[in-house]
Amino acid sequence: MVIEILLTILLIVVVFSVIMLHVAYATYFERKVIGHMQVRMGPMRVGPHGLLQPIADGIKLFFKEDVFPETADKPTFYAAPIICLVAALTSIAVIPFWEGMAISDINIGLLFILAMSSLAGWGVVLAGWASNSKYAFLGGLRASAQIISYEIAMGLSIVGVMMMAGSLNMSEIVKAQAQSPFGIYAIPQVLGFFVFLVAMLAETNRTPFDMPECESELVAGYCTEYAGFRFALFFLGEYVGMIVMASVGTICFLGGWTGPFEVPFFPIIWFMLKVYFLIFFFYWVRATLPRYRYDQIMALGWKVLIPLALGNVILTGIMKTFVWH
Amino acid sequence: MSRNEERIADVSGDALSEVFEVQMGPQHPATHGVLKLNLVLDGETVLSCKPDVGYLHRGIEKLSENLTYSQSMPLTDRLDYMSAIANNTGYCLAVETLLGIEAPLRAKYLRTMICEMSRIASHLLWIATHALDIGAMTVFLYAFRERELILEMFEELCGARLTPSYPRIGGVRQDVTREFMDRLEKFIAEFPSRLEEYETLIDTNRIWLKRTKGIGIIPAEQAIGLGLTGASLRGSGVDYDIRKHRPYDAYPYVDFEVPIGISGDVYDRYRCRMEEFRQSVRIIRQCMEQLPPGPIIADDAPDLVMELKPPRKVMAGSTGPSPLKTALIRLVEDRQAYMEGDVYVSTEVPKGELGFYFVSDGRGMPYRMHIRSPSYIHIGALGVICEGELVADIIANIGSLDVVLGECDR
Repeated sequence: MVIEILLTILLIVVVFSVIMLHVAYATYFERKVIGHMQVRMGPMRVGPHGLLQPIADGIKLFFKEDVFPETADKPTFYAAPIICLVAALTSIAVIPFWEGMAISDINIGLLFILAMSSLAGWGVVLAGWASNSKYAFLGGLRASAQIISYEIAMGLSIVGVMMMAGSLNMSEIVKAQAQSPFGIYAIPQVLGFFVFLVAMLAETNRTPFDMPECESELVAGYCTEYAGFRFALFFLGEYVGMIVMASVGTICFLGGWTGPFEVPFFPIIWFMLKVYFLIFFFYWVRATLPRYRYDQIMALGWKVLIPLALGNVILTGIMKTFVWH
Repeated sequence: MSRNEERIADVSGDALSEVFEVQMGPQHPATHGVLKLNLVLDGETVLSCKPDVGYLHRGIEKLSENLTYSQSMPLTDRLDYMSAIANNTGYCLAVETLLGIEAPLRAKYLRTMICEMSRIASHLLWIATHALDIGAMTVFLYAFRERELILEMFEELCGARLTPSYPRIGGVRQDVTREFMDRLEKFIAEFPSRLEEYETLIDTNRIWLKRTKGIGIIPAEQAIGLGLTGASLRGSGVDYDIRKHRPYDAYPYVDFEVPIGISGDVYDRYRCRMEEFRQSVRIIRQCMEQLPPGPIIADDAPDLVMELKPPRKVMAGSTGPSPLKTALIRLVEDRQAYMEGDVYVSTEVPKGELGFYFVSDGRGMPYRMHIRSPSYIHIGALGVICEGELVADIIANIGSLDVVLGECDR
């Protein structure tokens, strides 16, 4: 029993470190990808081809002064970034990286992830509220509205997958998917996949839905008043959130760890490639699209995405009852 | 009590909504310098928007009262630093009118060519920041790539990138080199394809259209009433371009069109400026083809170290015969003094109509210089346009009016 607990803790530490490393290099990857899309080089100075840049950034943020605005609500102000990061990190626990490799392979994995991503939204709202600053307040308001609306669209877009797989367990979904005719749900669930991709961008506050922190209007939105490592926590939370969302997309629509052929000593390879493809998609969108206006985001969420996702659910139900059986 | 004040009072009485004030600026990433907007917001809706300018005031108009006409030239670089040469040219034209000098034809062509280059440079910075404000960050870097080419050409031309002071009273500073012309040739051949690159990114993008169409509408009459000029006015469908209607320099000899918008929203102003890029390329090409040989500075142009003359007592709007007329007579009678009287000359700079008004007492220094800067007037219009729109639209409007605070605050 004790050994089991110790092993789990060891596993958590290993996964945590690996994820943190990936988060650090996700920022590097982002700057390089967007840099090359924008006819420039991205980071080049720290280490060969700027490879040590994320570490330098981390050190810089860690040693910065911890500025605390006088009018802010202290406990909430301190708690908000931690909530954001913890909620994002906790979601990692239920993600199966390859067959049988998940920290906790619970039966309601998908539901757990949705719950945790809502919790991250709570952190953003608290941050905007506790800062007691007008820009942060507006950012927090926008975040609460946006995250709640897109939560619904995202949840509904996954319902089709749940119906097809008949399970909420992430590993079961991948296994059911491997046995389906196409091997991935992105093809039969193309509508759901589309809604998921859009909602995924909105859930993680990425362009074109980066309203809560929209730098051209609200300076930095909800994290305007945060400096140093507290700001870094938000930043980490956002990137962990991106990895989580990309993982959910991979598991639900792209077939998880399965691939065209088996790689015996490196079973995570397909999972990683798919996740990185989706992360690349985040960056690609960011380099291409302008930003929506706040009310337009709401209209898109409620008038387009939710009806589409609902239609997808109905369609899947009909197909499942009459065609695929 | 205006409609909006009523609304503010109305909302403040309402228990459910809360009006709050935001001072956007002067340090803010999207206000293009040090513009400050005092906003009254009801949630995301702007109830009132009052621009607050003056954070970049350097007293250029006052400074010039103690400098000779030649010495004031570098100050005009610092007005609209995105298109310094256009300001220089406007200033030179005004002083030339005052002193009765005419630049030789070659100098006129060179000025026109360089002015259009600076128009492209200024519009590139406009599209870059406008797109960045709306969130399309790639356009920003693409535009800077091309702007760099123009600035390098300026450097080759006269040694300075941002503040060239290239024109002179009565001509230009030095002639163009072969290499410069080759580079320009290459640039204008390549540039239209680069424009298409920007357009593929934003022109038909759904989000871009949603953010710009029907936003910040200024009807033609209101635009005239607000004193808008340049592409901001033409976007509302008013055909007014000083290059066309009161041509100066080599503009009468070149063929170009003035792009006009229809509805006067952010998108139309955007389209107008995008078309102006193409017209500028056309003007540059014609200037290069027609460039006549000859001197580049007039014989009677004042030296850089202008001699000062004793002042004569003359005031703007003084009674008696027209100052300009008396001045002309005096000038003919006695070449010892510079021309007296007042003169207003306006040119079409990338931002709009830039006017220089001089009151001269014949000393060789302006008794008073006033600059009619388009940005100042456009910022004044901002408050009217933004009322009732959302916070995000303010940013789109600032970008589409193309204001620069260096020129606004002077």
